[in-house]
Amino acid sequence: MVIMTLDLIFFLALSLIAVATALGMLFSRNAIYSALFLVLNFITVAVFYLLLGAPFIAMAQITVYAGAIMVLFLFVIMLLGAEALPTTEVLPWQKPLAGLLAATLAVEATFIFITRARPEGGIVAPDIAVNTVTNLRELGNTLFTQYLLPFEVTSILLLVAMVGAIVLVRKEKRVH
Amino acid sequence: MVPVNYYIVLSAILFSIGVVGVLVRRNALIIFMSVELMLNAANLAFVAFSSVIKSFSGQIFVFFVIAVAAAEVAVGLALIVEIFKSKRSIDVDQMSSLKG
Repeated sequence: MVIMTLDLIFFLALSLIAVATALGMLFSRNAIYSALFLVLNFITVAVFYLLLGAPFIAMAQITVYAGAIMVLFLFVIMLLGAEALPTTEVLPWQKPLAGLLAATLAVEATFIFITRARPEGGIVAPDIAVNTVTNLRELGNTLFTQYLLPFEVTSILLLVAMVGAIVLVRKEKRVH
Repeated sequence: MVPVNYYIVLSAILFSIGVVGVLVRRNALIIFMSVELMLNAANLAFVAFSSVIKSFSGQIFVFFVIAVAAAEVAVGLALIVEIFKSKRSIDVDQMSSLKG
């Protein structure tokens, strides 16, 4: 039934990288390695977005996630010197239980998606060269007409986050 | 042609790995990164579905999720820096008291 097309091979190779880097992020003892694994994971997901015909989101993913957010993470890790902190085990039964719960979640989700699978939901690789410009134009049109209010609210949210971060790390002036 | 189910299963696997990270790791920064991984998995599902129904709404939602994640990271990392300043540790097991 499943024919190994070029698309499918590409998808499987990429998803292997995505899962491997996610596991690498999870199990690295050094927080810097974790952050770098996560950068690779985000870039892989950006390639998925390109395959799905979403070039704008792919570029936003690379600039915002892999660029800004992860650089901020690396900056804080190095600032705190928190590469490899000594760990304390308070709850010894926590790790096996957590693994069991997460495995249950994964199996459950996969089972639901497989049993509810519909044959018509195929994703055809878009013809990037033809589609990109019109795609972007339509995306911009939708964003600035139908979703204009959420877009503006986002700018307020970013402003609040910026002010909040500054207030949080500011030196307190104690009044006696 | 890749069936959309494959993307959804991949998204579920990535999300579950993020859940393991939040539940297992004690380093607050790694927990934070796992949350980012979960957001990312949800984004992948959004884009996959939006590509199937040929609508931009999913992509625009992902755009908003990315913006909110950026805001969340700025505030969250500021909090972690503050906690480290007062406790000299970002082990979440140490954050058991409300009084700084």
